[in-house]
Amino acid sequence: MGMTQAERILARASGRESVAAGEFVIANIDLAMLHDIFAAQVFDTLSDVGVGGVFDPDRTVVVIDHLVPAPSAEAAAIHQRIRAHVSRLGIGAFYDSGTGICHQLLPERGHIRPGSLVVGTDSHSTTYGALGAGGTGIGTSDMVYALATGRLWFRVPETIRFEFSGDLQPAVSWKDVILYLAGRFGSDAAQYKSIEFGGDAAAGADMSSRLTVSNMAVEMGAKFGLFAADDVTNAYLQEHGGDGSDPFGPEQDATYEAIHEISLSDLEPQIAMPNEVDRVGPIAEAKGLTIDQAFLGSCTNGRIEDLRAAAEVLDGKHIAPGVRLLVVPASRDVLQEAIDTGILATLVDAGASLLPPGCGPCFGGHGGLLGPGERCIGTHNRNFIGRMGSPDAEIFLASPATVAASALVGAIADPREVG
Amino acid sequence: MTDQVMQGRVWKFDHDISTDVLSPGAYAVDPVEVRKLHVLESVNPSFASECQQGDVVVAGTNFGCGSSRETAPENLVAVGIACVVTESLSRIFMRNAVAVGLPVLVCEGIHDGFEDGQGIEIDLATGRVRNLTTGSEFQGDSLPEEMREILSAGGILAVLRAQRGA
Ligand code: SF4
Repeated sequence: MGMTQAERILARASGRESVAAGEFVIANIDLAMLHDIFAAQVFDTLSDVGVGGVFDPDRTVVVIDHLVPAPSAEAAAIHQRIRAHVSRLGIGAFYDSGTGICHQLLPERGHIRPGSLVVGTDSHSTTYGALGAGGTGIGTSDMVYALATGRLWFRVPETIRFEFSGDLQPAVSWKDVILYLAGRFGSDAAQYKSIEFGGDAAAGADMSSRLTVSNMAVEMGAKFGLFAADDVTNAYLQEHGGDGSDPFGPEQDATYEAIHEISLSDLEPQIAMPNEVDRVGPIAEAKGLTIDQAFLGSCTNGRIEDLRAAAEVLDGKHIAPGVRLLVVPASRDVLQEAIDTGILATLVDAGASLLPPGCGPCFGGHGGLLGPGERCIGTHNRNFIGRMGSPDAEIFLASPATVAASALVGAIADPREVG
Repeated sequence: MTDQVMQGRVWKFDHDISTDVLSPGAYAVDPVEVRKLHVLESVNPSFASECQQGDVVVAGTNFGCGSSRETAPENLVAVGIACVVTESLSRIFMRNAVAVGLPVLVCEGIHDGFEDGQGIEIDLATGRVRNLTTGSEFQGDSLPEEMREILSAGGILAVLRAQRGA
């Protein structure tokens, strides 16, 4: 019997010939990622337990991305502690404030290898599944253990597979696809399970789209959100400073808990409505609601392809009076490319405010929070109550094209009718 | 030590108990002595003060949903909860619970099978759950031995300390 992609990843990591869903394994960690919300605490605990180093400084990545630039003296002090720990532990890959968001940097800087097992102190670590890697979020105590020993326990998950066919209509993107899946199947559809995104249409998706989809797999409860590594992956790896890779995916006769066939041809732009990521409908259901803020950024949709999609809508035009459009590139490299290609000029000419690469207002830390009664449409991944400031604000989630179209109109708009 | 078979008194909760309810954001960075006083307070204000060592939480589906907060299971341990038995739960809550030494058992039918204050008996190794008040029995998912070892050590950091002889 063949193995799913998740089973292959965990079999290799635990040095076993094969494993099956439901089994419990002790796996070797290929890469550990910590960001500034939890890194200082984890490293402090590591010292408390009496561990003087990490399992492999070259396979530990630390990113300061959530509170950048430091919005308070407390945040600045946490960053100082992280820098001290990083130099004490000799950590090889450290991305300081302003370099970008962890889930953008790890793929972009060539840290992610297909088939590897990656843990991060962040739930959106599923993003690495876009490159065929088993990326997943863990808590701080688990991370202390992983850093100390290089190992961690895992339950081998069951897998739900989506087979995509057909072509997306113009102005419809893979963000709309993953929102649609969250809406149709629900936020606990893949609870403690792995998701495989396959089929002809998935094979045709570019890496930026795959990163968007795997990023939001966790919004359906998933432990992993996996694409097979293929030619697209190989080209991306080579372009981003690593060696290429052989194809890596599930075996032919793998066992699935469910397989869902999804045709993309008729999909309309989707929107998630407050305050649940799985409260999703076609854009018509929210169209016309006035907005105060539009947010283009995050690890879900802050890449050059996303900025370009927004720039195409906004080219030569200006956003509606009274609307704040915040643009937060996912990394410094994305920002640089946006400058070089003129995309940034288009966005700024259209009235956008530029914020430094990082998480920005995505998790409500700083840099563009919402007041009571305000309404925001964003390209990010969560719209829970109070996520971006006031608990009385409303957050809608959509694609870059939909967010740009809405900023232009001053109300939630259908990108097929604008631009 | 987490005994293989435990008995306790039930506190019953509904579906979708989130980490926001288990560890309200307003107290997230407070010390555990303060934090624990607010565990589940939005759904049962007297829970934290009346909970006793060895009590058990019985709940519905999707327990521990929401953002990853290790303080959520930590608060339950701090007020004396010995085990959580629930219809289904979020993966990250499960991981964090094991990490801090709180046994969690998934058991279908449990939500309708118990009322507040009833007695419960749980066998972690077999997954068998009994209502000591009504006598009805339920079969949950047993916990693998490796997970029970982490739990009886008192959590993953205790395992690490033991491995290092510290
Ligand atoms: S951009 Fe948002 S979702 Fe992504 S890591 Fe930062 S805070 Fe989390």
